[in-house]
Amino acid sequence: MANVEKDAISGQETTGHEWDGIKELNTPMPKWWLYTYYVCIVFAVGYWVVYPAWPTLSSYTKGTGGYSSRGEHDADLAAQKQSRSAWTSKFAAMNVDEIGGDRQLLNYAMAGGKIIFAENCAPCHGTAGSGAPGYPILADDDWIWGGTRDAIHTTVAFGVRSGHDETRESEMPNFLGDEILNKAQIADVAEYIMSLSDGSISSDGVERGAVVFEEQCSACHGEDGKGLPELGGPNLTDAIWLYSKSKEAIATQVSAPKHGVMPAWTGRLSDVEIKQVSLYVHSLGGGQ
Amino acid sequence: MTDQSGPMTSASVIPVYDDEVVRKFVVATIFWGVIGFAAGVLIAFQLAFPALNLDLEWTSFGRLRPVHTSAVIFAFGGNILIGTTLFIVQRTSKVSLFGGSGLAHVVFWGYQAFIVMAALSYVLGFSQSKEYAEPEWFIDLWLTIIWVIYLVIFAGTIFIRKEKHIYVANWFFLAFILTIAMLHIVNNLAVPVSWTGAKSYILWSGVQDAMTQWWYGHNAVGFFLTAGFLGMMYYFIPKQAERPVYSYRLSVVHFWSITFLYIWAGPHHLHYTALPDWTQTLGMTFSVMLWMPSWGGMINGFMTLSGAWDKLRTDPTLRFLVTSVGFYGMSTFEGPLMSIKAVNSLSHYTDWTIGHVHSGALGWNAFISFGALYYLVPKLWGRERLYSLRLVNTHFWIATVGIVLYISSMWVSGIMQGLMWRTYDELGFLQYSFIETVEAMHPYYVIRGTGGVLFLIGSLIMVYNLVKTMKGHVRNEAPIGASTAKA
Repeated sequence: MANVEKDAISGQETTGHEWDGIKELNTPMPKWWLYTYYVCIVFAVGYWVVYPAWPTLSSYTKGTGGYSSRGEHDADLAAQKQSRSAWTSKFAAMNVDEIGGDRQLLNYAMAGGKIIFAENCAPCHGTAGSGAPGYPILADDDWIWGGTRDAIHTTVAFGVRSGHDETRESEMPNFLGDEILNKAQIADVAEYIMSLSDGSISSDGVERGAVVFEEQCSACHGEDGKGLPELGGPNLTDAIWLYSKSKEAIATQVSAPKHGVMPAWTGRLSDVEIKQVSLYVHSLGGGQ
Repeated sequence: MTDQSGPMTSASVIPVYDDEVVRKFVVATIFWGVIGFAAGVLIAFQLAFPALNLDLEWTSFGRLRPVHTSAVIFAFGGNILIGTTLFIVQRTSKVSLFGGSGLAHVVFWGYQAFIVMAALSYVLGFSQSKEYAEPEWFIDLWLTIIWVIYLVIFAGTIFIRKEKHIYVANWFFLAFILTIAMLHIVNNLAVPVSWTGAKSYILWSGVQDAMTQWWYGHNAVGFFLTAGFLGMMYYFIPKQAERPVYSYRLSVVHFWSITFLYIWAGPHHLHYTALPDWTQTLGMTFSVMLWMPSWGGMINGFMTLSGAWDKLRTDPTLRFLVTSVGFYGMSTFEGPLMSIKAVNSLSHYTDWTIGHVHSGALGWNAFISFGALYYLVPKLWGRERLYSLRLVNTHFWIATVGIVLYISSMWVSGIMQGLMWRTYDELGFLQYSFIETVEAMHPYYVIRGTGGVLFLIGSLIMVYNLVKTMKGHVRNEAPIGASTAKA
């Protein structure tokens, strides 16, 4: 080349080209670079031999290793199923009370139930069942639909107002809208309900409200207001409120009740998983 | 406007270069850079503190995230790429732009219109739901027209060049412009619902669509963020270091290796999906083979400094350029590593990917762009020197600390997240729920956002420095390296 020069610093020759003052040295490619490049190419070719790699007209090269990601996935699932079968078969055959009485099986229920709860239930009921307005707390002993293992299992399996054939179902009447009670009566009964959990409240309204309660509410919430779990009537005498504690909130619920919905988990979770999570919920604090 | 800077190299007369449009691209780069970095900081903190979504659809993370990615890649990155290609191709071809200044201005204003249309459409809720290809069909058509004009200007300038050979930077630029045109057109083939509405449906469906998308997505990285910026590297490093390019042969081999191998690597974005195993294998193995070709650019960048390393002590612009090559080398090692299926099964869908992208985007693309801006502004505005080299140095260190906070927090967060997802307890149950992994990442999201703030502050220092330089001010300060031992 015409303008080849020797670079004083590196001792390399230039290529003889120059652009806007930029020259190029004709340094050979670094050996380590070239050999590492070759090794990567050899690795790739070796990988193509062992694994599925190149398309053909109607199929692809399968590789000598017999690998497929679907096969790997199926094998993983089968191995997991196998390793769990020792206890899952017992879970399938036993009811929740029997499982709850077996210390070893209960361990599986707790460990599995914790993660099932966190992934599926916590979005509404809060981490570890701490609850949220409209979503019952599961860590106390106040159970709308009963707190025995069996009752919890039924609630989890079939849900509340879920549309499932065996769902828990209750409906508080629309007292104001259907003109069962007038606004004054609703204010009275709200005051009475407040007094159930707070003995210091006493007024004419409370006395009038007691009569209304007796006639309209006691069928589901009980004569004493302590609730009837078999009908899904919440306990009104404690400090735990599904929506919120105030006369206005109670009057609003009586006037135009909200009805929460819990999905039926049958079909979403397996029978074994439903048993696990039911026992976990039972353990959260208030299981009966 | 004439640029008379740079060493006079041969006897022939240096023509009058079209630099007015380059100056506009430089200003646009700075403007969009700050917007893009600020958007990134905002959405980073939205992830840490969801209240910052403001409960408004227009300011929700889902709409602002493409504003950030498009602003930094296509607005900041695109403007510096188009600007520097037009600057470099004239000087290395020794001719002014094919089509003249007018045609180049069509590209400039057309490209800014593309950016504004894209950003507005995201905020208003229009998206093709393809990552980095969110703009709807009419914006895509607009960009296609602008891009073809750009190609004509660039290729035309090469065609009428007065130099016998085509400089290596221009090989990379041509690969970048041509491949982006092909990727953009194929990935965005869509049928509009109506000629008067924004909505369209992509021609591809199912796994073919996913494959086309990541063929596009990965080669946007390969040809926009790698090949294009390597072209910048091949001009600015030898110019700033005033040394010859280390190895011509290496540049030939790594250029052709990159262009041949990169185009196959897209399937590594779809490991363990419905994509056939053979396609995943090819994506992974071609990514592994890309390691050395990518490093060829790093070697040529670093080794060009042979005999000029001492300049790093006194020249913070060169520091930006060389550090960018370091981050480039790190990212192009990490990339092939993450493409290996066993590694990918841990890293995929985690913040590790975000950290990887940002070590490339902040460390490589942004740093080399900052270096190029500090090189270009004094030359384009006819100034003796920058307003302040010390402020360049401050920018360098603040931005570097920002990057380190960003990528290290995302490595920790991403690997932790991946491990938490796959941890089983001794009875064989998942140890952690998804929400627990989200809670665990919170502190790292705050650190990431803090790193972003530092990076943004650095860029604002640059804006101040460059505006002062454009006005011709010179700061009275002690020279770097002389009075301090900082290196």
